[in-house]
Amino acid sequence: MAKLIDGWEVVIGLEIHCQLNTNSKIFSGASTEFGAEPNTQASLIDLALPGVLPVLNAEVVNKAIRFGLGVDAEIGRASVFARKNYFYPDLPKGYQISQMDHPIVGVGHIDIQLEDGSTKRIGITRAHLEEDAGKSLHEDFAGMTGIDLNRAGTPLLEIVSEPDMRSSEEAVAYVRAIHSLVRWLGISDGNMAEGSFRCDCNVSIRKPGQPFGTRCELKNINSFRFIEKAIEVEIERQIELIEGGGKVIQQTRLFDPNRMMTRAMRSKEEANDYRYFPDPDLLPVVVSEAQIEQIKAELPELPVARRERFVADYQLPDYDSRILTASRELADFYEAVVVASGGAAQAKQAANWVMGDLLGALNKAEKDIADSPISPQQLGGLISRIVDNTISGKIAKQVFAEMLENVGQTADQIIEAKDLKPVDNSAIETIIREVIAANEKMVEEYKSGKEKAFNGLVGQVMKASKGKAHPSQVNQLMKQLLG
Amino acid sequence: MTDLHHLSIRELGDGLSSKRFSSVELTQHYLNRIQRLDTSINSYVTVTNELALAQAAAADAAIAAGQAGALTGIPLAHKDIFCTKGVKTTAGSKMLDNFISPYNATVVEKALTAGLVTLGKVNMDEFAMGSSNENSYYGATKNPWALDRVPGGSSGGSAAAVAADLAPFSTGTDTGGSIRQPASFCGLTGIKPTYGRVSRFGMIAYASSFDQAGPIARSAEDCAYLLGAIAGHDAKDSTSVNRATEDYVAQLNQPLAGTRIGIPRQYFNMAGLDADVKTSIAAALKQLEQLGATLVEIDLSTTDAAIPAYYLLASAEASSNLSRYDGVRYGYRCENPANLTDLYLRSRSEGFGSEVQRRILIGTYALSAGYYDAYYVKAQKVRRLIQNDFLKAFEQVDFIAGPTAPTTAYKIGEKQDPVAMYLGDIYTIAVNLAGLPAISAPVGFDTAGLPVGLQLIGNYWSEARLLSIVHQYQQHTDWHTQRAAVAKEGV
Repeated sequence: MAKLIDGWEVVIGLEIHCQLNTNSKIFSGASTEFGAEPNTQASLIDLALPGVLPVLNAEVVNKAIRFGLGVDAEIGRASVFARKNYFYPDLPKGYQISQMDHPIVGVGHIDIQLEDGSTKRIGITRAHLEEDAGKSLHEDFAGMTGIDLNRAGTPLLEIVSEPDMRSSEEAVAYVRAIHSLVRWLGISDGNMAEGSFRCDCNVSIRKPGQPFGTRCELKNINSFRFIEKAIEVEIERQIELIEGGGKVIQQTRLFDPNRMMTRAMRSKEEANDYRYFPDPDLLPVVVSEAQIEQIKAELPELPVARRERFVADYQLPDYDSRILTASRELADFYEAVVVASGGAAQAKQAANWVMGDLLGALNKAEKDIADSPISPQQLGGLISRIVDNTISGKIAKQVFAEMLENVGQTADQIIEAKDLKPVDNSAIETIIREVIAANEKMVEEYKSGKEKAFNGLVGQVMKASKGKAHPSQVNQLMKQLLG
Repeated sequence: MTDLHHLSIRELGDGLSSKRFSSVELTQHYLNRIQRLDTSINSYVTVTNELALAQAAAADAAIAAGQAGALTGIPLAHKDIFCTKGVKTTAGSKMLDNFISPYNATVVEKALTAGLVTLGKVNMDEFAMGSSNENSYYGATKNPWALDRVPGGSSGGSAAAVAADLAPFSTGTDTGGSIRQPASFCGLTGIKPTYGRVSRFGMIAYASSFDQAGPIARSAEDCAYLLGAIAGHDAKDSTSVNRATEDYVAQLNQPLAGTRIGIPRQYFNMAGLDADVKTSIAAALKQLEQLGATLVEIDLSTTDAAIPAYYLLASAEASSNLSRYDGVRYGYRCENPANLTDLYLRSRSEGFGSEVQRRILIGTYALSAGYYDAYYVKAQKVRRLIQNDFLKAFEQVDFIAGPTAPTTAYKIGEKQDPVAMYLGDIYTIAVNLAGLPAISAPVGFDTAGLPVGLQLIGNYWSEARLLSIVHQYQQHTDWHTQRAAVAKEGV
């Protein structure tokens, strides 16, 4: 049952523009690296000089197919590039090469996780390849506009969903799932701040059971939080508008995060007639069965399969499994920790360390798993020392803290250097004798039956051993010595 | 050495390799002729004197070192549609009057590799749109046979330069007849190869799915030399076909006997077909028959559909191809634009000539929402029907023959109505819609002394056969050796 807002059902469909992480552009050999000096990464082809022609980068097609297989979609066996014609100074050819009638990726789907723990399947209508435009720089040019064509020709995969989402939370969950998938597949860095992953949201409202309402498109949103906010304020605007007797008109709107509102950019009537037609400079992209099979064989284990395997092979709770498969890097890290700590028997302990101590420390330092100062081998080594009773769990926390501070040291090195090995029986015996001698009163109390006094004595020994003694070891010796 | 400009390409190659004359002497001879005579023809937009002499000197060094190929040191003129590094490349347009290309077209690069010497860039209808060379920003080119007449177009400068002996041969491009019709009007041989045979990289686009480069020269043999040099697969052009190149010169003497030549009924029932043209073509067909060919009457029922389909599709592609000329990055920009829209409107209105603007408008309209299916999609279907019509004919015959154009060269300024001008392309245009190869060769003169051209259309990849048929015809006739008065001048 869809969540209603003031009796209105929300309908959301998304278009995600995902930059593919190829070294060179989709139709030229120029580099795609971000942040270079303006116009230093624009070739003759990107500049649209007279006479130049596009040549398709085969790697772009392979990455699009990877995505298609990742969302269980049909792969277009003969996809066609088309020209989308419009004038803008940062669009050098006066048209964008895109795909219209025959996209590389057809109908597919992805499952998202809802707040109540259930999953929902979101339909993917299609995904097509296209080239990015350049950038218009309106600042720093004293009343003029600068044009930077470095980005022109960067490969994009535009992923179009069905209007299957019913709340801003679902929309964000979908975007997160796609974001995680493209990174998992290694086809995009998903860097939202650099614009390599941006989103257009189509939002409409209706009374349950009614046909779709008129939609508005919110353009170019590049953070998860803004997607949620933009959709929420747009829903509010549409409800107020309709309940006030007005009508939603189909238009493109921009989200202003400073003022927390959307404003109209252009209406349907003002929209460009893009005059799409097949690009005569490019042949249809023919994809063979063999090519698909090869890409399938090279595909990493996908998130859902891996999550299920973690539950089955490691007996992890579903919750742990989901967290540990949030990204491929994290899942790889976790499995390496399991191996280094001694195998599947240590899987739950490894999960606790990765999810609790490690992710906690990384979050605090605002770091990603890829930048973890502790390697899976280090963490696994630490866990194996707990397992073989070399150190206590408490000491392990100290060793972990030390690992964070002094990058590169193994658990054994730290235990050795910091003298954290448990003390042997004779040393503990000495300590216990000293403690008994110094606490006659507590010894009396214990002998008269007060268990609490015993714990007090053990505490004193632990303190004197600086935590290196095992509590069980102390208990046993203490009982012997007290007779 | 006053008759160097009367030598064939083979004779020029022999003279250079036997050191009877040097490439510098030969090149200087042509540069002198251009300087002296081109004022009356207007075939060159740019003459690259210094570059030509430097290339000639390098060619002479290669010849001396024994590293020369068959074409090393022979001069060539390029249609101004091919980008030439460091040289102004205009496409006959004010829009590109200030454009100096930073790179070479593949055709230019291949010509350089063959050792050919670039004399300069020759005139053309603006962006290859036109059939008379009157649509050039650089003024109309004159037909060397009659200076008050057009040389044809759009490769009019390429044809006029060769017909006036201001270049031994030249490159041209053919989108709807732009090599064959000027060859016909100027008494020359010109071949449009199969689409995909010659790279389009660096060739300024008019209509991408039609454009194809080829040679214009005096004879089939001369064409064979140049086509062999510029043909071949190019990774920079996705539509160029990866197919082995051929030695066209070596195949010129394939026997003609038994060749079946189809004569489409529809070609000779045209209202606009000139009686003199009809007579010359009939005579040429008879000659081919005497040389061993069999003539077969055939049907090409889609002949009438070609012109409307072509002008919709070519204009649609052109409207998009020419969008890059926006005044932003290079080329013409209007003075003091008030805003972005003003910059676009005035740069394009002032930079493009009227025929180019007409085709951009037609093409934009044909692609517009609501008209796309009725115009663009329907025209594509017609294109397929025309292609099928040809393929059906080729089950019956080896080649198809007819006039290249319904008339001989008309007077400059005579055809004011664009549609009347479009109808002159009736025989050539269907070939581009189908992507087939075709050749035009001189087969006589009309009563006014103007050349008449015969067109031979072949099946895909039949360039070698087309050249060999014309070559054998030329062994038995002398139409191709006749020269206009200006070409006889002994400079």
